[in-house]
Amino acid sequence: MTLVPIIKRDYIVNLAKQGKRIDGRKFDQYRNIEIETNIIKKAEGSARVKLGNTQVLAGIKMDVGEPYPDSPDSGVMTTAAELIPLASPDFESGPPQQDAIELARVVDRGVRESQVIELDKLCIEPGEKVWIVFIDIHILDYDGNLFDAASIATLAALSTTQVPATRFELGEDYPLPIKEPPISCTSIKIDDFVMLDPILDEEEIADARLTVATDNNGDLRAMQKGLNGSFTREEIQKVIKTSLDNGQEIRKHLYKNLGK
Amino acid sequence: MKTEDVKLIDAKGIRLDGRKIDELRPIKIESGVLHRADGSCYLEWGGNKVFAAVYGPREAIPRHTQNPLRAIVNAKYNMAAFSVEDRKRPGPDRRSREISKVISEALEKVILTEQFPRSMIDVAIEVLDAEAGTRCAGLTAAGVALADAGIPMIDIPVGCAAGKIGGKVVLDLGKEEDNFGDADVPLGISPRTGEIILLQMDGHLTFDEFNTALDYAIEGCNKVSKLQKEALLRKYDTIKEGK
Repeated sequence: MTLVPIIKRDYIVNLAKQGKRIDGRKFDQYRNIEIETNIIKKAEGSARVKLGNTQVLAGIKMDVGEPYPDSPDSGVMTTAAELIPLASPDFESGPPQQDAIELARVVDRGVRESQVIELDKLCIEPGEKVWIVFIDIHILDYDGNLFDAASIATLAALSTTQVPATRFELGEDYPLPIKEPPISCTSIKIDDFVMLDPILDEEEIADARLTVATDNNGDLRAMQKGLNGSFTREEIQKVIKTSLDNGQEIRKHLYKNLGK
Repeated sequence: MKTEDVKLIDAKGIRLDGRKIDELRPIKIESGVLHRADGSCYLEWGGNKVFAAVYGPREAIPRHTQNPLRAIVNAKYNMAAFSVEDRKRPGPDRRSREISKVISEALEKVILTEQFPRSMIDVAIEVLDAEAGTRCAGLTAAGVALADAGIPMIDIPVGCAAGKIGGKVVLDLGKEEDNFGDADVPLGISPRTGEIILLQMDGHLTFDEFNTALDYAIEGCNKVSKLQKEALLRKYDTIKEGK
């Protein structure tokens, strides 16, 4: 470990012992979320999410293509994330690296496994023609917690998506059929302190990370643990509790922004 | 569709989107919009939405790219997959590599690179929504981001295009004009001296038409240059007012 992270870690841990965080938040307090939708004219749906200083843009494009042979009557979705050099001095352009792939896969799973997009309604001709939904996530400014920012942006973008049927001469445009999405909340652990929604400085020195996705009924829908540290049973339960409470708040905020 | 099928400009010289021959599309510039970058800019130019971020000067890597006498400038132009009608495959392609190169070279002309030997200055240009004239928009945004980062320059570079539609030379081509027009001349200048730092052309122009296009584009650049400076000053206004 080089010197700067050691100093930073000392600083963060000392603050935590007094019950404080660098930016003055409580341990279980989320940053302010701003959501703007339909900002990209060329995209079928789009959303920019600001989570404190983190900024993520999700754009949805749709196309007509062939279904997979094992699911001939359902649409296809793909997710890609780009950690573009705009967002951080450490990001480089080129083919997606490990981190971008993990991010895209976690967001993809959140949408796919809880069937947020009703893919079975996106069939045009069984076995021949279906709609393909491309989710592209661009990180614009990186100050920690990309998992949550990217998934909120994706959900907001999906809920404003219009299927471009007119462009493909398949009738009128209509809203993309989607179901109520689960909301994910990420916490990190430094020494014995568990903090919700880490900023970059906290994320860089974290021992362990846990993302918990919860649905409207208060049930758990997905989890992903990361980094080489560990959580105790009690800590996990506490993280889940925090994620449930904050998940509800984020959901309300999201719906309010979408005008639902 | 052929050129004749579309009437890009009417007898009175009014264009499809209602603009006059020498009128720019609406432009909005903000500086210092990204937290992580050393300098940044968000620019809307007609239907274009472009971000630029500057990182550096910092040690040039890989090492063999270092120049012992001056800094190297790496502009990277990238288009979002959702920025165009048919989804673009993510990542650099031949077109974006070429644009990155001509923008890097234009920026090297204005940056005082000899002040930072062995360093690199990275300029990331991200096109989120595209509607003709993205390279000029990118160069303009890069200029603001560099100034915002405090990089020493002889001038703030600026770009603007002119072109020819329906037999007439016009300023700042829009989407249909770019697709069905006769010629396109993207131009970048250093506005204080009027030196040309970026110039490309495609299509068909007579020598006189080219000269008119050049005059229009330089005039356009000067107008955009004013907006750039206003955007940079505005950032300090809000600081002064304690917002």
